[in-house]
Amino acid sequence: MMFPFLSVLALIPAITAIVVALVKPTLSRYVGLVGALISLFYTIGVLVFVKVSSVLIAESLPWLPAVGSAYSLNLDGMGVVMVAVTVLLVPAVLVAEWHTGMGETGRYSSKTFVALVLLVSSFSLFTFMTFDLLLFYVFFEATLIPMYFLIGGWGGVKRGQAAAKFLLFGLAGGLIMLFGVIGTSVLSARAGTLSLDFIHLGQLNLNQTWVTHMIFICFFVAFALKAPMVPAHIWLPDAAEETTPGGAALMVGILDKLGTFGMIRICIGIFPEEAQWATPVILILALISIFYGAFAAIGSKNLMRLIAYTSISHFGFMVMCIFAMTSQSISGSIFYMVNHALATGALYLVIGYMIARRGSANVNDFGGIIKVAPLAAGFTLVAGLACCSLPGTSPFVSEFMAIAGTWSHYPVIAAIAIPGTVLAAVYILWMYQRMMTGPVTEATRKHITTDLSWRERLALIPLVVAFLVLGFYPQPVLNEIAPTTEYYMTSAGVTDPEAKIEEGR
Amino acid sequence: MMLTLFEFIPPSLDYLLLAPFLVVLGTACLGILVEAFVPRKPRFIVQLVLAVLGLIMALVLIVWNWGSPNLADPWSDVIISGTVMIDGPTMAFWALLFGFGLLAIILFAERNLHAGATSFTSSAASVPGSNAETEAADAGLVHTEVFPLAIFALSGAGLLVAANDLLVLFIGLEILSLPLYVMVGLARHRRVVSQEASLKYFLLGAMASAILLFGVAFLFGHTGSFDYAALSRGVTFSFGDSLLLAGIALIGVGLLFKIGAVPFHSWVPDVYQGAPTPVTAFMSVCTKTAAVAAFLRLFYAGLGGMRLTWQPVLAGVAILTILVGSIIAINQMDIKRVLAYSAVSHAGFILVPLVGAATLTSGMMPGTASSVASIMFYLVAYGFAALGAFAIVTLVRSQGREVTDLAAWAGIGKRDPVIAVIFLIFLLSMAGIPLTAGFVGKYIAFVAAWQGGYWWLAMAGVLGAIIAVYIYVRVVQIMFFKDPDGPTATITQAGPATWIVMILCVIGTVAFGIVPGPLLDLLQSVSTFILPAGS
Repeated sequence: MMFPFLSVLALIPAITAIVVALVKPTLSRYVGLVGALISLFYTIGVLVFVKVSSVLIAESLPWLPAVGSAYSLNLDGMGVVMVAVTVLLVPAVLVAEWHTGMGETGRYSSKTFVALVLLVSSFSLFTFMTFDLLLFYVFFEATLIPMYFLIGGWGGVKRGQAAAKFLLFGLAGGLIMLFGVIGTSVLSARAGTLSLDFIHLGQLNLNQTWVTHMIFICFFVAFALKAPMVPAHIWLPDAAEETTPGGAALMVGILDKLGTFGMIRICIGIFPEEAQWATPVILILALISIFYGAFAAIGSKNLMRLIAYTSISHFGFMVMCIFAMTSQSISGSIFYMVNHALATGALYLVIGYMIARRGSANVNDFGGIIKVAPLAAGFTLVAGLACCSLPGTSPFVSEFMAIAGTWSHYPVIAAIAIPGTVLAAVYILWMYQRMMTGPVTEATRKHITTDLSWRERLALIPLVVAFLVLGFYPQPVLNEIAPTTEYYMTSAGVTDPEAKIEEGR
Repeated sequence: MMLTLFEFIPPSLDYLLLAPFLVVLGTACLGILVEAFVPRKPRFIVQLVLAVLGLIMALVLIVWNWGSPNLADPWSDVIISGTVMIDGPTMAFWALLFGFGLLAIILFAERNLHAGATSFTSSAASVPGSNAETEAADAGLVHTEVFPLAIFALSGAGLLVAANDLLVLFIGLEILSLPLYVMVGLARHRRVVSQEASLKYFLLGAMASAILLFGVAFLFGHTGSFDYAALSRGVTFSFGDSLLLAGIALIGVGLLFKIGAVPFHSWVPDVYQGAPTPVTAFMSVCTKTAAVAAFLRLFYAGLGGMRLTWQPVLAGVAILTILVGSIIAINQMDIKRVLAYSAVSHAGFILVPLVGAATLTSGMMPGTASSVASIMFYLVAYGFAALGAFAIVTLVRSQGREVTDLAAWAGIGKRDPVIAVIFLIFLLSMAGIPLTAGFVGKYIAFVAAWQGGYWWLAMAGVLGAIIAVYIYVRVVQIMFFKDPDGPTATITQAGPATWIVMILCVIGTVAFGIVPGPLLDLLQSVSTFILPAGS
């Protein structure tokens, strides 16, 4: 039997979490960070090993044979990039939240915080790697519990309510999806072989009936609740406002990606015809999300809410290009998921440093920070510009691909979406202007006395470097994603529209 | 047929197959003798050891019999003239009953929480608040009768599970119920509430028994026999016979009462709240398991031919049970009542696959989870979670008394994280969150319902589960994120008995959540009811 590379990959954070829970509180943060770093380097090692030796590392064991479910892990291109961004973001979050739970900021100790972050990471890694529908559901849901305690344990005054809202929305979405899972398994049984393997389900030629439509809607609603789309987004700003910046980075950067990830894996992978049937409605919803998120971001005073709303706008873009179903747009969407995690994660962390110093998240309580903390202002600008897709940062590449890909199928929709990118510049630059520029206010002078410490910089640098490097040289990631896109295009039975104008011939 | 009345057929008794049940019955009888002849001082420990050993021996015998070839062969299973059936489901339900019964009885023995006394009153016969009561408590008297009473209840449950005859069904039900009426009234604190619960349970239970007996009479009138096999033959050609329909309805009411399904659930919250908490734990698992098993055998094996008649009605009952249980549980302020209403909603979730009736005979795909197997799995998951949860309820105290008011539970997650996290695991399992056994139970239950063609019932179940989730989230919120205002409860240091139960329940809940496959396959292999063709 082969060494279970992938199981170990996902279990390293979980085992570290258990160790963290057992060691002395003073040691726990170091143990947690070491575990997160081991997980990062192990992942790099496995990916390099696979590339070099081209060994198949898929794992499959029977798990619940009576319902056709197997413990099956595998990595495709989309999985690889999401796993990579997860293991990169987790140590950054741990470093950034080094002092969480130490003082009076939280109800529980920092030990618990570290353990929960690692659990979230472990369950997310499983979700990104599993190729079994039921197992996907299991880990998709399991991430909710540690995240619930992360939101409820540390952060703002109303965090308890925000956590409950997060959990109830999550569980409701999950149970709706459960109905879809049950239906899919019954359909699979009626089609002859009972198996919940994604590849197997993708090859089933299910005739479109109202049953498959209903199942598709269940999955879509569940994922739209996760990658919050208007009108199912209302939990996200509250949760982001009340939790810690690190928690928010994890939630928006990794957990919400499970929604868009699931849309590709399941909605496109298993129900392509139903997806095409629903595309018009979904595209409209995506457009609404893009603009609603952007305008709400422009209007929010609270910085944490502001960034949450920008994410809703970005998720609108991702959903739009997933369902536009051209190879460029799907690749763009997968790349968008990576970049959004990096850029928004960095933005949350750096803004979080400022909020911690100022003791307030209201954008109007800041002003003139660039004079007292130039480094912080610089990082905010870089991360912010990445968020609004400035050329040279990787989100630009993905947003360009997204819009260009959508254009070739749905030019009108793409044309309507383009002003969304302009609004992105508005909310980011206006936020920057109010916080960083202008005369140094009394409050700023009083509270913001230090620039970023080496620890705070250390958390940001990997993320910033990643999106800058990928901005100039995205090809490795795009090459990694390309086969996945091709697989989903083929399994959906769609081809790219022919280009109408060919120049240079 | 009439001739058989005059012929004497010596009953065939396969003692080895019957042994688990006989051992439990024997243990109960021995317990009475111990009560009479062993001096007061060592009596408690003797009773405890006897009960535990008896149940362990029964479990060992079940394991011994598990691979018995007789289980597979319908002809050699005819026991006591076909009145009792020892087949796969009987063995599985016996294992469930005696296993969970054992855990509950271990809880009975916890003496660390009351300064050396059990959760039971020192003198059940004394007037609450009287001098006699105080004297008995001061003298350190113990009601050791609870052990034989519980074992008698278990033997009744065992008979109920195996009943293949309407009269045996009734007898089993009564042997199960009568000891419970007494046990409910034995609480050490708040005795008036406990006695009220006991009386209420007795009156309603007697009523339900009477209704069930009435139904038995109707069915006998229709088929001329108490035997399930005769019943099964009798219903095949007589759809719409009013005698038959009335009989089915009345028996159904009697059994649904024991299961705790709406609209026959009104006793559940009061009795669960009033009973001593270990007894509540015992009832919530064992009574439900036994009643569900009896219901399954009667309706699948005996009345399977009438499936199309009873399925829609039970579907309505299932939906109503889930909804009423979940919605009312949401605004309860007493943890025992929360768990009681949650038990009602679980009864509804158990009825969902039962209605689906996905069995091999009804066209289920071979190799997939059948209704019976998924109900068994659900009961295992529920049993671990419910027993563990009630075990923790016994620990939360203030000034030596159990505190069941949820307001006083605020902040327990901060004060005693270990117990709070264990309780969290049980709540997550009841809510059906993945990586716990409760999730697998719910999943396969809904799959079985859909396999049987009841996709809309599965959908209703999923919607009900969304509501039910809120019950548990609310309790978790209070425990972990609410700051206490007013008097708070603390966790009393538990003795070994409670720890054993809690640890086993946690292991069961988590292990069957992560690796459910082997257990489900095992249950699947014993999930076919056998109906003797020629008795």
